[in-house]
Amino acid sequence: MTAEYADYATGKPIADTKAPSGPVNERWDTRRFEAKLVNPANRRKHTVIVVGTGLAGGSAGATLAEQGYHVVQFCYQDSPRRAHSIAAQGGINAAKNYRNDGDSIHRLFYDTVKGGDFRARESNVHRLAQISVEIIDQCVAQGVPFAREYGGLLDTRSFGGVQVSRTFYARGQTGQQLLLGAYQALSRQIAAGNIEMHPRTEMLDLIVVDGRARGIVARDLITGRIDTYFADAVVLASGGYGNVFYLSTNAMNSNATAIWRAHRRGAYFANPCFTQIHPTCIPRTGEHQSKLTLMSESLRNDGRIWVPKAQGDQRPANEIPEDERDYYLERIYPSFGNLVPRDIASRAAKNVCDEGRGVGPGGQNQRGGAEGSSVEGGGGRREGVYLDFADAIKRMGRKAVEAKYGNLFDMYQRITDEDPYEVPMRIYPAVHYTMGGLWVDYDLQTTIPGLFAIGEANFSDHGANRLGASALMQGLADGYFVLPSTINDYLARNPHHEQVTAEHPVVQEVLAETEDRLSLLLAVDGDRTPDSFHRELGELMWEFCGMARTETGLRKALERIPQIREEFWRRIKVPGTGEEFNQSLEKANRVVDYLELAELMCLDALHRAESCGGHFREESQTPDGEADRRDEEFSYAAAWEFTSTGSAPVLHKEDLVFEYVHPTQRSYA
Amino acid sequence: MKLTLRVWRQRNADADGAMSTYEVDDISPDMSFLEMLDTLNEELILGGEDPVAFDHDCREGICGACSLVINGDAHGPERTTTCQLHMRSFKDGDIIDIEPWRASAFPVVKDLVVDRSAFDRIIQAGGYITAPTGAAPEAHATPVPKPDADFAFEHAECIGCGACVAACPNGAAMLFTSAKVNHLNVLPQGAPERETRVLDMVAQMDEEGFGGCTLTGECATACPKGIPLVSITGMNKEWLRATRRSGKR
Repeated sequence: MTAEYADYATGKPIADTKAPSGPVNERWDTRRFEAKLVNPANRRKHTVIVVGTGLAGGSAGATLAEQGYHVVQFCYQDSPRRAHSIAAQGGINAAKNYRNDGDSIHRLFYDTVKGGDFRARESNVHRLAQISVEIIDQCVAQGVPFAREYGGLLDTRSFGGVQVSRTFYARGQTGQQLLLGAYQALSRQIAAGNIEMHPRTEMLDLIVVDGRARGIVARDLITGRIDTYFADAVVLASGGYGNVFYLSTNAMNSNATAIWRAHRRGAYFANPCFTQIHPTCIPRTGEHQSKLTLMSESLRNDGRIWVPKAQGDQRPANEIPEDERDYYLERIYPSFGNLVPRDIASRAAKNVCDEGRGVGPGGQNQRGGAEGSSVEGGGGRREGVYLDFADAIKRMGRKAVEAKYGNLFDMYQRITDEDPYEVPMRIYPAVHYTMGGLWVDYDLQTTIPGLFAIGEANFSDHGANRLGASALMQGLADGYFVLPSTINDYLARNPHHEQVTAEHPVVQEVLAETEDRLSLLLAVDGDRTPDSFHRELGELMWEFCGMARTETGLRKALERIPQIREEFWRRIKVPGTGEEFNQSLEKANRVVDYLELAELMCLDALHRAESCGGHFREESQTPDGEADRRDEEFSYAAAWEFTSTGSAPVLHKEDLVFEYVHPTQRSYA
Repeated sequence: MKLTLRVWRQRNADADGAMSTYEVDDISPDMSFLEMLDTLNEELILGGEDPVAFDHDCREGICGACSLVINGDAHGPERTTTCQLHMRSFKDGDIIDIEPWRASAFPVVKDLVVDRSAFDRIIQAGGYITAPTGAAPEAHATPVPKPDADFAFEHAECIGCGACVAACPNGAAMLFTSAKVNHLNVLPQGAPERETRVLDMVAQMDEEGFGGCTLTGECATACPKGIPLVSITGMNKEWLRATRRSGKR
């Protein structure tokens, strides 16, 4: 079974990404000029479905409605304002060069391509850097209360992996403020009758008619009613799939169902193994842990990361003298110090903990693990490193530290019951973001015509590692500026669709499949909860497809996942009925998709026998333990085509061409 | 810790509800309140019972989904969101009452889940600045004095959880509405719609069936984000100003 799944075929390479040729800084203009337009008077005749209301979906829905399209929008939350973009803390990058510190569009482009370890498409990244400056203008006009200097101008700060100060922020709540800006723009369009908003409604499948995306199947989470919705184009802005790992910084209900169902219907899934493990999260405390909390990367501007020099040093942090501390990031990477990119900071933390120099009580493997767990206990391995503000407090004074990071310190104290002004914070890496996602061309269109993917749901701009403060930038670039231009072209070229109705045989079939799946979940009546399966899968993925991956481990996971899946369909227990508000049913249905997506992630990680960015294969490292990228073999995006559950997918390679940023081994030393 | 939970159970909006009693054991003080409820729900599912429905999502205190009245207090004994409340705030043997937000404008959906769409409609009535995508001037074209920017931010911090309404004896939504009015009205970008915004939002608030404000201050005490009571005074001032000016026109 496993051997069969891993025995994938390589199909036709992806030859055309629709990016225009010519100088990289002119491509976006060229594309916009070449794109056909829809006459404003005709736009209201077109319906566009948008799934998700985060930064990407919210901004896209609002902008499309402003342009005159009829938008039908969905979110599983009770209000579009609650999408998980709201939890982004640190900031948003833009090449404004307000600091006059040598920043430029080209430098943001360069930093992002390099930060992504040369696994992103140059044309897309350059466009992102160009648009970054417009985003700030747009958000300020909406009333987003960015931090300001005394002169009334916008303040910026630095983030990991860069040496300029280009990150705009609103204290530790930048995501919240940007999202509320988009939500308010969305609200204006809802009130104007241009958006039909469906909160508490979850997309469960995609409707593809005659090879084009024409609608979705969605369930009203209050009544349980499953309905079909039709449109001329469908936009997925449903976020990433980090919750495959059970524990992550994602919201509890963030899920992969929309993108996975689209994948099953024909959309290629690209680079699924590229997951970002964020270095600064609060360590876990016990088996009850339901999610992990991020502490903003901005803390690394002033906090110093260290562990004791000696293994198993049990003394409290304050009793460890200066010369017995190892500020390992400053030691190994003197020029970037504590501000190395996330993948590097995470791996370094794992390494020192692997050496037995971790601190604090936290650690996943001290416990037995979930029921059925194939992960062995780690025998008291301590998972945590210090993030110390003692020097910052001495240098800037407690007041200044409070002003900059007060809300983060409060949050840390509430969760851990420790005062970070007195004792250093303890942090450990956790799953945070997924760079992989649905494959999209330059227009953000997937391999299904009429299906677009924006924000974290697509794979486009971050390569193998995303730089801090770039997710907000990408979500808003896609939603406010890119998609509204490119979707015009699709709609203009496909103006006269045949009306699709609920009676269409394809629609009936997709609807019936969805209903059958939910009925089956309710009918099994086994003896294990959805959460217990989710946790078991998550532990397996963290162990074998987490911060460090090996061929042996990945093969083990690939052997185990089908077994868990089989057990799931035999032992799952979902109480209640489908015709009511049923959170267990929602959860179980999401776990069904995680159990398939996890397999593809492991296969992708197995096939990519190189290390790059967040994907670290232990077999492929330099003598000093850094990622050894192998461009001759792997300078491509891996786009996978679904065949059937448990059967080998087909790999399509999109070769990456670097004309402007010459691939080098990344060095932050 | 061993605890007794008395939880509001209500099958759907139309059904009658009642308090049900459950015992939970082996509760760690490091657990969050919602993780404690997860533990209860896992047991209920395995016992063939319907788990307790409650809203939650980010569990970081920012999305505003979680919404429990714990021992009579919106979000419980600490000044934070329910998801950020930890079991170390309770003692072994405690009896804990858990109820949904209570307000006629927030009807119960199921168990501890309520319908807060009235908040969305208040924002739709005017809680925005009209700035269509692409039309924005250069960000530095209009400097905003730092005190004004800070004032806007402090009000913009509202997470729309509804604790203010749940805590108010009148079920008023003044703090929620005033937070948005103050956020946008202090900014130069928000000035052109300053009057229509406050008038339309307040009118919508009244239409939704929220109660009147008698300045008891319970809202500000319950607010996990510390939106101050003077926010309401600020909105009243804006409303009076707008009424006066619109009367002149």
